[in-house]
Amino acid sequence: MSERDRCNGMKVCVCVKHVPDPNLSPQVDLRTRRLLRDPAHSILDPADEYGIETALRLIEQHGGEVVAVSMGPPEAEDALRRAMAMGADRAILVSDSALAGSDVLSTARVLAEVIRPERPDLVICATESTDAYTGLLPGALAALLDLPQLTFARSVSVQGSIVTVQRATETGHQVVQASLPALVTVTASVGEPRYPSFKRLMAAKRRAIEQYTLAMLGLDPSAVGEAGAREMVLDLSEVRQVKQGRRVVDDGDGSAVEDILAFLHAIQVL
Amino acid sequence: MAEARVWVWTEIQGDTPHPLSLELFAAARTLGRAEAIVFGPAAAAALDRIAAHGARTIFHASNPIYAHYLVDPQVATLCHLIEAERPQSLLFPSTPTARDVLSRLVGQLGRGAIANAVAVEEDEDGRLVASVPFGHDALATVTIQGPPPYLLQLRPKAYAAEIVGGTAEIRTVDVPVSEESCRVRVVETVEQSIAGPSLEEADVIVAGGRGLGRPENFHIIEELASALGAAVGASRAVVDAGWVPYSYQVGQTGRTVKPKLYIACGISGAIQHVAGMRGSRYVLAINSDPDAPIFELADLGVVGDALKIVPKLTERIISR
Repeated sequence: MSERDRCNGMKVCVCVKHVPDPNLSPQVDLRTRRLLRDPAHSILDPADEYGIETALRLIEQHGGEVVAVSMGPPEAEDALRRAMAMGADRAILVSDSALAGSDVLSTARVLAEVIRPERPDLVICATESTDAYTGLLPGALAALLDLPQLTFARSVSVQGSIVTVQRATETGHQVVQASLPALVTVTASVGEPRYPSFKRLMAAKRRAIEQYTLAMLGLDPSAVGEAGAREMVLDLSEVRQVKQGRRVVDDGDGSAVEDILAFLHAIQVL
Repeated sequence: MAEARVWVWTEIQGDTPHPLSLELFAAARTLGRAEAIVFGPAAAAALDRIAAHGARTIFHASNPIYAHYLVDPQVATLCHLIEAERPQSLLFPSTPTARDVLSRLVGQLGRGAIANAVAVEEDEDGRLVASVPFGHDALATVTIQGPPPYLLQLRPKAYAAEIVGGTAEIRTVDVPVSEESCRVRVVETVEQSIAGPSLEEADVIVAGGRGLGRPENFHIIEELASALGAAVGASRAVVDAGWVPYSYQVGQTGRTVKPKLYIACGISGAIQHVAGMRGSRYVLAINSDPDAPIFELADLGVVGDALKIVPKLTERIISR
């Protein structure tokens, strides 16, 4: 493993994202061709809570520090405060108007710039964000940081300088291992995220968030954001389909079973 | 001008090419000359099958080391091949391994990529243009700017696998694998067996979601499926919660299914899930929440408790 001294425990960076509340219908801005991101209805991506939880459990076991890292508008502070209320020690936000419309590679480059000097033992990401769900960011980030990537983790453990992950596959799972430092993506199987107490939520409101702009990171604004995006949306069309199906209300005792049987006969499944 | 070369990331599952990879040759053939990239050991019969789906060249990196170490060795070799062969585009299926490789390539090559595409074509300007579901119910037309190769991941069932016959030139890839790239070691592989027909092949699917309350209740889904000779599916919520394995998952990041009948029990119908089952011919939804979005897709929507209704339904079907 690395030359770094891990006497003081591990440093874990967790990438988090402020996303539109997934319990509400996502709205698309037809003019900008982007997802509408209403800060009042945005939250810490629920998928990222599993990453924070994983990091906190590792630190509870091995000691060390959890750093939540995000790129987003100033309102993304809310997501970072939630991460701190859960237990993250520090929070870093990269915010710059030139970053709006950033594609996966630009986002990965920005995150790599802030994470690299932290020299973490472990970087944790969600398998995919709940709003864009491309799942391409973690691998791109791992490549830029030159870290091995252990993905789709159902469990994560660290022993000495080795990280072991149970990786979900299509037909079961694999146990995979790498030396630290490494990047891991987690699924919701890693364990239920803790719910911060009211006291912790209030305390997190007063915590400082480390702020970065593109200039502070030495990144060229024309290489990121919409200006530098390699993917371009040419057109958007609505494809909403609502079936006018039949609706029955069960009487609480299974009365609807007759309606279901009639339906199954009508479509010749029975 | 030479025909554009379109590479398909072709995974081998057991002894056969992965069905999701085979579907992509149908897309690749519309874009140019379809060629396959195969890593790890593969039987001659598997290579023949890839050729039969329209691959005219198969690049086969047969070193078993690719089966023992994940991502980095494949990406290193792929970068080497791209540099030497200069393909126009690379198509990846929606599998976990393909996503790992594609995402790392994005960082390694410094390129853009389109994920979750449901269709791809070349427009009149020679650009690669893909259709990607966006938000709740919009479809975006997206292109990638900059020089090739263009990286694209397609959703399952976006194209139908098609046997077109033919043979392929097999090119053995013997790029040395550096020790530094062997970083993510596979210690153990565990397969979970699944009873009944596969989700992709089943005429009827019975799927369960969070509305079932507890993992112990999931058996009512399996029993109804067994009575109907149906396959069992699940929403991401219950897969993530560990009730059933990932292979059950229907949705954006799971399987895309197109059965004759889809029975959704205790599934609210999050976009994530709907993306994987909206192609079903008939939908029966049972949910206690009258406002659940799944009812928008249902031919028959039953507002009620799946825990009460499903066992009774199973009983009636069995006693017929």
